[in-house]
This record gives sequence, C-alpha cells and structure tokens, in this order.
Amino acid sequence: MPGLGASFGRGAATNYTQDLANSDCILIMGSNMAEAHPVGFRWPMKAREKGATLIHVDPRFSRTSASCNMHVGIRTGTDIAFLGGLINYVLTQEKWFKDFVLPFTNASTIIAEGFEDTEDLEGIFSGYDKHGHKYDSGGGRWMYEGSPADAETKDDSRGERHPPKQGPGGIGSQNSGEREDGDASGEGGHGLQGGASAHKSKRSASTCHNPNKDETLQHPRCVMQLLRKHFARYTPQMVADVTGCKPEELIRVAELLIANSGRERTSAIVYAVGWTQHSTGPQIIRAAGILQQLLGNVGRPGGMIMAMRGHCSIQGSTDIPTLYDLLPGYLPQPSADKNHDTLDSYVEYEGLPTGYWANTKKFIVSLLKAYYGNAATKENDYRFKWLPHIDGDHSLMPFFKRMTEGEVEGYFIFGQNPAAGAPNSGMHRAGLRQLKWLVVADWFETETATFWKNDPKGPKPHEIGTEVFFIPAASIAAKEGTFTNTQRLIQWHDKAVDPDGDSRSDLWFLWNLGRRLKAMYAGSEKPQDQAIQHLTWDYAYDEHPRLPDGSLSTVADEPDAEKVLQEINGYFTNQNAPERPEKPKLLSGFAECADDGSTACGGWIYSGIYPNYDRNRARERKTGVNPLHPDWAYAWPNNRRVLYNRASADADGKPWSERKKLIWWDETAGKWVGYDEPDFEPTKAPSYRPPEGARGMAAIAGDKPFILKPDGQSGLFSPDMKDGPLPTHYEPAESPVPNLIYPLQNDSPGVRYFEGPMNLIDHVPSQEHPIVACTFRVTEHYLSGPMSRFNSWLNELMPAMFVEISPELAAEKSIDHGGWMTVKSARGTIEARAMVTRRMRPLKHGDRTVHQIGIPFHWSFAGESVGDTANDLVAMSAEPNVSIQEDKSFAVDVWAGRTHASNQTPTQPYTRWPTTMRSPGSPKSAQPEGQMQRRKDDE
Amino acid sequence: MTLPLPIVGETNPKLRAAGAYLQHAATEAVTNFPNAFPPQRTEVPQPMDANDRKQIMGFFTDTTLCIGCKACEVACKQWNQLPADGNNFTGHSYDNTGHVSATTWRHVAFKEKMAEETQDGVSTSRWLMMSDVCKHCESAPCQHACPTGAIIYNQFGDVYVQNDICNGCGYCVVACPFGVIGRADTPHDDGHAHKCTLCMDRQEDGLTPACAKSCPTASIQFGPIDDLRAAARQREKDLHGRGNDKAYLYGCDSVGDYGPLNAFFVLEDHPNEYNLPVNPPQPFKGQTKRYLAGLAVGAALTAVGALLFGDTKRGGRRG
Repeated sequence: MPGLGASFGRGAATNYTQDLANSDCILIMGSNMAEAHPVGFRWPMKAREKGATLIHVDPRFSRTSASCNMHVGIRTGTDIAFLGGLINYVLTQEKWFKDFVLPFTNASTIIAEGFEDTEDLEGIFSGYDKHGHKYDSGGGRWMYEGSPADAETKDDSRGERHPPKQGPGGIGSQNSGEREDGDASGEGGHGLQGGASAHKSKRSASTCHNPNKDETLQHPRCVMQLLRKHFARYTPQMVADVTGCKPEELIRVAELLIANSGRERTSAIVYAVGWTQHSTGPQIIRAAGILQQLLGNVGRPGGMIMAMRGHCSIQGSTDIPTLYDLLPGYLPQPSADKNHDTLDSYVEYEGLPTGYWANTKKFIVSLLKAYYGNAATKENDYRFKWLPHIDGDHSLMPFFKRMTEGEVEGYFIFGQNPAAGAPNSGMHRAGLRQLKWLVVADWFETETATFWKNDPKGPKPHEIGTEVFFIPAASIAAKEGTFTNTQRLIQWHDKAVDPDGDSRSDLWFLWNLGRRLKAMYAGSEKPQDQAIQHLTWDYAYDEHPRLPDGSLSTVADEPDAEKVLQEINGYFTNQNAPERPEKPKLLSGFAECADDGSTACGGWIYSGIYPNYDRNRARERKTGVNPLHPDWAYAWPNNRRVLYNRASADADGKPWSERKKLIWWDETAGKWVGYDEPDFEPTKAPSYRPPEGARGMAAIAGDKPFILKPDGQSGLFSPDMKDGPLPTHYEPAESPVPNLIYPLQNDSPGVRYFEGPMNLIDHVPSQEHPIVACTFRVTEHYLSGPMSRFNSWLNELMPAMFVEISPELAAEKSIDHGGWMTVKSARGTIEARAMVTRRMRPLKHGDRTVHQIGIPFHWSFAGESVGDTANDLVAMSAEPNVSIQEDKSFAVDVWAGRTHASNQTPTQPYTRWPTTMRSPGSPKSAQPEGQMQRRKDDE
Repeated sequence: MTLPLPIVGETNPKLRAAGAYLQHAATEAVTNFPNAFPPQRTEVPQPMDANDRKQIMGFFTDTTLCIGCKACEVACKQWNQLPADGNNFTGHSYDNTGHVSATTWRHVAFKEKMAEETQDGVSTSRWLMMSDVCKHCESAPCQHACPTGAIIYNQFGDVYVQNDICNGCGYCVVACPFGVIGRADTPHDDGHAHKCTLCMDRQEDGLTPACAKSCPTASIQFGPIDDLRAAARQREKDLHGRGNDKAYLYGCDSVGDYGPLNAFFVLEDHPNEYNLPVNPPQPFKGQTKRYLAGLAVGAALTAVGALLFGDTKRGGRRG
C-alpha cells in the first residue's frame, strides 16, 4: 500500500482491528466491512455501543450502511473529491490539530522552487511527460528544498539511476490488500513499503532529514500553503456536484470527524478494496492519510487508518512473498536490468547509508545462507548469482496478456481462480487456453480447473490443447501453518485431522515437487543446475507426526511446517542450541543477523517469532490485563501492535490525554513506557536533537514519530508517488461523465491500459455505456466463489447471480424485479436476475442524472450455483503505483431479458445434503469443540 | 369419567346400543389419550424442576446489533445437520430462505425501509435485520396441541420435540402463532415435526447453542432466562435513552393471554415490521367456551332442521 507508505513510512494498517472499539468516530469508506469482514465488524459495533458515531460513505446502501449511524451515497470513483472536500473544510475552518501537525508532519517543509500544482497547470503536476504518459518527479521538482535531489536538478546533473523505493522499510509491507484474488501485482510497485517513485535520482534523495522549513507556515511553497491551494476547489458544492451527495452531508461528516478528533478523542478511517481497486486507488489512501494527519489521528488508540484485506493471509503473501519481484522481508529480487551483478553491487544499489536498510547486507547474506546452506560462503559471494534475476514485468496482467499471445507454456495455480476472479476474466480464460499444461491445486474443480469443458463462452473442449492437472488440496483443518492478518499478526494453526483421500497440503506438494526436482538434477554438472542441487530442503519430521488425538498421521512425506518457520526465524550457523544440542541455535531477533555468514535467516522481519525450540510465539494464545494482548501470537516487527505509537504522546512525550494514552516518556526511568512496544528508539528522549551531520537513526529527533521517513515526519506532501505528490480527483478510466474539477484532464495520468481487441476501453464519456457500475461482495459468498458456491448451505442463502438497480432505472429500462436483465460493457456481456431496490438510487452529477448499478462478483460457471461472471465486464488496466486494476468503477449499459448464449447448468448438481432429516442430537462431544470442553471438565 | 350420551337414538334400541358403545369409546379415548378429544393441555411429566428457574435457559436476540450476516443460519444447519432448501432466488431483499421451517431453524429476516427525507443532513433510511427462531414459549401452544406427548419441556425449560414419539399429525404446526414449527414433508424426510431444540445436545455438553456461539456481534445472547430478561429490559431503557424511541421489547413479558417467551427480542421497530404478532393468540384460551358454543350451534341447527323437515315428513304421512 504505497498510499500509506508514502504518508507514514510503512505500507501496513497502522493499528490492530480490535482497536476500532476505542474510536469515537469511524469513517468506513471503500469498504463493505459488515458484509466482507463480519467478524472484524464486531469492533466498530462495540465502538457504536460505547457511543461512537459510525459513518458509511459508499455508492450502495449495504448491510454496513444499515449498521452505521449515517450513510452518504456517492458515485463510485469519486472518493478523492469527497475526501478533498473534508480536507478543504478542515483547513478553511482552521480545525486542524496544530500541536500534532507542526511537530509530527511535514506541514512546515518548503518544497523546491519550480514545483507546479494542478491548480497552476489545470489538472496535472509539473514534470508530466505527455507522450510517455508518466511523471518525472525530479524534472517536476517535487522534492524538498534543500534535499540532494533539489541540488542535483538545479545543476541538471542527474543520471539514469534506478527508481528508488521510499523509506527504509523492512517494517513495511505493501499493496496486498488491493488484490482480492491475490492477483494483479505489477511493475515497480513492490518496493520496500511499495513506495515506488517516479523520479530517477537516488532513493530518498528527494526528501532529507533537514529540509528548509517555515514554522510559521506562511511561506508560499511550504506544504501547508500548497495543501490549502491544492484543495481550494473542493468546496461542499463542488463535491456535491461531482460525487452526487448533498453539500450538507459532506459538512455533517466533516463536523463529526472534527468533533471526534483532538487530545481527548480519536477517529478512525476504514477502507478495503473499494478504494484500492481504482485507477486512483493509492491516491485515495493518500487523501485519507492527509486527513488523519491534519486531525491528529495516527499512532493513537482508536486513531488510525485501517486497511481491511481482501483475502486470508494477504499480508503474509507479501512478507514472505509470492510476488515475482520481491524476496522475503521486502528485499528486492535481483534484476538483470539493474546493477545487480554481484552481492556487493546489489547491496550498494539497494541499501541505504542510514536507517534499517543500512543492514541490507546482513539480511541478504542471511537469506542466501538459509537458501544454500554450506554451499554459500564468503569466497563465492554467498552464491548470490544463483538467485534468479528478473528480466521484465511478470506480474499477473502483463503475464496473462503474454499468455494469450501463446508465449507461456505451463502454469501452476494454487488457491487462485483467475478464470473467474481476475479482471477481464474472459481474457484470462483465453490465456489459459493457449497453455500446454496447467496445474490447479484447489478444494473443488473451480472455473480455472474446468474452463476447458464448462466455459459457456469458450470453444468446444476438443478445440483446446491445454492439458489440465487437478490436484486436490487439503482444507485448512487438515494442515498446519501460519496466517498473517491485516494487523501483521502471525497466528499459527494446528492440524486437526488428516486430509480426505488424496488431498495434500500445498506445503506437501511443493516440498515433494522440490525433492523430485532435486533427484532429477542430482547428477547434472551444468552450472545453472547447482542452485537446485544445493538448495536446503530438509524439512522432514524428526519423527512421524501425530494428530491431536494422539494417533499417527496417515500421510506420508508431509514436511514439518514448524521447521519452515524456524528457518524463517533464522539460526546461527556456528552455534548449537542449549535446549537441543543437536540443532543450531535460533535467532532471538533480526538484530542478531550478521553479514559474515554466521547466521541464516529466511525472512528477517519475522525473526524473533521462534526464539527457541520450545517457544513458537505464533502459537501463543495468552490474554491478560493489557488491552493490546501482546502475548496473543506475534506481530512483526518486534511484536509492536500500533505503528508510530510515539505519536500517542505529544512532542514533550506526555500522553495527549488520560483517555487516549498508549506509550509515554518516563523521565525518571529514561525510557518510553506504556502498553505497547515503543515503535521508537526506547531510550531516545523527546528533547533529543540530532547533532550536525548525524546519520541513520541518530538523525531522527526525539519528537519525530515516523522513524522510517528520513525526516521522521509524516508526509502531507509526498514526492514518493508516481502520479502526483498530492491526491487529485480524476474520473475513472471509464466514466460516462466529464471531470468537473479539472475539465482538461479527465482520467488519471500515468494509468497503463492493456488495450487490444479483447480489452477495449471507453476512454471518453460514451453514449453506448451511460451507466456507472461497481462490483461488490456479499457475506454469503467468498471472492469468485470457489469456496462457497460448492456448499449448499451457503448457496441457499444467496442462490443466484443478481444485479442491484434502482427503481428509476428499472422503470426506464422496463426491467422487472426478480426478472432477467443483461449488462454489457466494452469487454463483455453478462446476464443476471434484477434486484430492484431503493437501496440503489440515481445520483446527480451537476445537472445530469447518473444511474449506478452494483454487481456482485461471486458467480461463474462452476459449482452448485452458477451464473455469469461479473469480472468478464472489467477492464485490464494498471494504476501506475501498484498496477491494480479498476474493478470498482466502469461503464455499462443494461436492458431487460437474457443473453442468447446463456444456458448454464451447474457443474456440480444440487444435492440435498444431508439427504434426510434425522432426529437431532449428536453423540456427546462429537465435535472437537465438545472434546475440548470435556477435557476442561476433566481438569 | 363419563361423557354425556350423544343425542342419538333415544328410542331405537339398536341406536341406543350404538350410542352406549360410542359413549364408552369416547370416554375411553379421553381417559387414555387425554389430548385427542377435545384437545386440552397434556399432562406430561416435566424433566425440569419448575421451581428451579436458574436452570431455564433461553435466547435474547438484540436486533439492533444484527448485521444480517446469517452466520446463525449456517451454524444451525451445520450443527443440526439440516438439509439445504434449494437454490430459490426470492428477490425478497437478501432473504432467500423465506421463513423458519422444519429444515431452517434460524432465519434472518430483511426489511428495507428506505426513506427519501433526511434529518440534520442524515438520511433516515434503514434496513432492518432480525434473526428469527423458535420462541420457546413458557406456555407453548404446540406443546398443548401435541396428541402424542412428543413435545415436552426439557431439563433446560425449552420446548423440545421428541422425534421418536412424534407421529407427524401436524397439530402443532397450525397451533403455533409464530409459524415456527414445521413438518419435514418431502419424500426424503421422516414426515415428523421439527424445530429449534435450543441446541439441547450442546447444552448437555455445557456448550453455547451454535447460533449464539457464531454470532459475531453478540446480537444473539444465550443464558439463564432471568439474567437475559434483566439485560433486555436494561437494553430497551438504554436504547430509549439514546433517542431510539421505536426500540421494542418483544416477548419478554406476557401479553394478554400469552405468556412470556424464553427466546425474546429487542426490536428496532414495531413488531409488525418484522411480521411478528403484537398480541399472539393463545389458541387454547376460551377453548371450552368455543366448544360449548359449537355444540350449542349444532344442537340448535339440529332442532331447526327437525322443526323444518321432521314435521313436514310426519305431517305428510298423516296426510
């Protein structure tokens, strides 16, 4: 999430979900939290019961709106306009939190001379290359005055260097939340923090720890003045014209947020993929970041930006990544295009002289030791050359585009369903048809496994050459491992039973695949095969594993997941553990990582999770009096639950108020104390000022909580975004209406479109598709349905593909409630049942009425409940920072009736299960829960 | 116990013999099968000590906390192994299972109340959700109606259908004023009546019923009934104090003839909005009067018939 990374330093949700119960006002926007995260929604409900105000701003009146005190309907894709209106109101009414903003944010920083705002250039910032469709932030002079980049561009002496990543992260993650189905990664977006930057000077050079400042905030180029100028157009009336809400609704929301912020009170903002899946997604999150900085709601109990993830363990999938361009712990994957020939050049190129990334060499050497064991030595550069070097953009959308062109031979798919869940899934199915072979591991025969026979829009099976291998996967209860959730909490889960039949865990599959590959390459003498030959791959159980009931597992060759976690935690290569003399000693934290080969560490940010062989901290479930429950599992980094928690105390280190205290400076003890692990140097006094020429952490003053930013201050203005240092309202790529705020610039500059005959896009407001559509989720189904549409208990609750439309649109188009309707976009046509409801309503755009429809994306052609695929309508386009597609806003037309092609039958016939009603009552303690209870009783 | 001789065949000896037999049979039937005719409350031995109110367990469903996630429906079906009812798109908001039935013991109702007007810039639109369930009435009509004694109060004070004793007559189905109990009527099923057991089997193991356990927002609460009633009364007071004037405590106390419910609700609006009867009828109240009235009407009709037709016949023969 570069939106968060650019503002605060780390691209992760700032607080933990339970902390929402401590908020006094919660703005839920771009999230259907009650439906998509019903269990997490208990915390906003608790806050509401304690008297907090819940506000839902959303195109649809959903179950979340029903549970909130207030709902404001806006047109999809106009979130920046709404947030801009809030920012403008806070600034013009002078309601910003001065004691917080002045020391903790970069409001007083002066931006380099030559920077021009959208107000000066009618919708674009300086530095835009109209032909290349991208910004050059160096040329646009987005940097701090007095920063190295400022000096360089003044001399115009910059050379072609690598695009930098923002901030010394490590403690950052990024855009996982955006990817509903774990798809859509992208070029450059996966840097440390995900804070990819458009400029070509050295990393962080556009910012520095001692820029020129004007503490009076009067300088015309200081950030506060730029902010006032930039958001001046977002008046309540303008916001109402653009978004379709009423001006008084905007003012009411602003007043509520202002009244519930400050020393005594805190407000939270919750978002999910309703923000990220836009062509301006990360900029929407930036706008929220600016608002929360102005109101002082960062790093404090109940004051946060909460990113709700779209998928289980998405955070984990970027920490220990499944991404093509990252190594574990946000180390960049070596690239053939960069100066990554040797370990030293990689470290020089990617490391930083200051901050956490000064340790880059320790982390990469420890990683190589974990990969290659004794084969990696100082003499052979720790086998750095064995790491694959990437040679281009292999993220999902460009990859599938190449697949449609026949350039990909085979593909493994685990727990993903691109045939129904990816944007423009019709094009993804076309790509799969070009493969020679495809391996799908899943619980059920998903669309991705059955596209060759069941796709109603595809060719006949005999015309498809792809050989599909379906591997039955073990369910969650039949395997062990960890989940990393949105609050960076890593929780271990045990295996309860053996998997059914031939089902196996993904870990089993990958480990045994690796073992077979190693056996195949065992005799090879080719240099390129050495990496596989020497890969450490010894995860076998020491003794055959047992199930919780004490019986031996019936699965052969299952690897020991705890051994994998131990390797991620790291170990000394030259010391043995006191508690297990036959095994190496485990690291107690990433501070022990060394660059001399004496440590091995598979994922440095998780280090400390397995401090000794008897303690798996992810498995701990202790609750206590501390409301943060620090002994419940393990949160990286270093078990900190609230990021930037230094900001929970004022500049002098005192809590803002008794009610909102979290950590504070204890003068007598000389350290930070409180409920949480300080996200700050534990003994650095608030009065500390860096000496001249200080480097690394020593350069951060004692009243600067954002330790990953070079100046320790959060970014109201951030040069680290590829599409502008301040968020600006642009219409979605496909919008039936023009941009009222900047008429000369309709859509966001810098968005990549994968245009072609299979991916047409309506760039200008078109008569052909005059209706706005967004996709959404219901509680009863999960993602594209592979885990829910095969379950009759869930299907009966939401049995058919439907589309929500307003009564006005239904009347205009003669669509009957419950009857069939057809939806068409430039990419495809689908049919669905019409759900005519007053929960959808037409909106005003200036003088014009705009209709909106909502399309759930849960259905496709495989399973017990089938329907047309909503993602067939969505375009493949890539936002410039993270390459996310625009699922939540596109243009369509609708009419009554069915499409001629559709005559779908379920691939799994509806089975009434259990088949008969029997006498209720199960044998005592039939389920594990009962056994646990019985055990408790016995004790 | 002897029933009055039916008004048949006072004079004809054959008829008199038949009448005597009927009298005997009816008396026998009423004595041995007390509920058969006329229906009246069955005297079934109660497993629970009626004086020990601490044992009585119930549900308090707070609809102001319900987010309509239907976790209760799924948890109930899973624990009780109830079959799905099929893929029927009703178009009735997000409610596709329709009502509580023999195979759906928890059911979430959805009611869209969308308003155009605003109050202080805030829309007054609402979407009401309510997880409905068997009310476990303290005086349950289904239990009164059951001719076989299959329906009992179990040791937790909850209304429970003993499936092996149920004969599938369906009297309970029509007796329930809430439409809760249903008969499993498809060819696959046993044809017996089924309804919520308040997870009696889980309670026996010391576990919370499945629906209450799965509720993410504590909208469904489970516990000793007196504690729940106190909490519900407090909750209603709090809601009213917060300005939620429409909050309605439903089933916590007796209404008219109808006793309190052991599964009761705090509603966000008037019960009519949720299809709940404000004054649930107690079918067996006034039953004797209605039977007597019926008999009187029958007798009167017989007399009228006799007057109209009997006289004519006799007269005709004379004539």
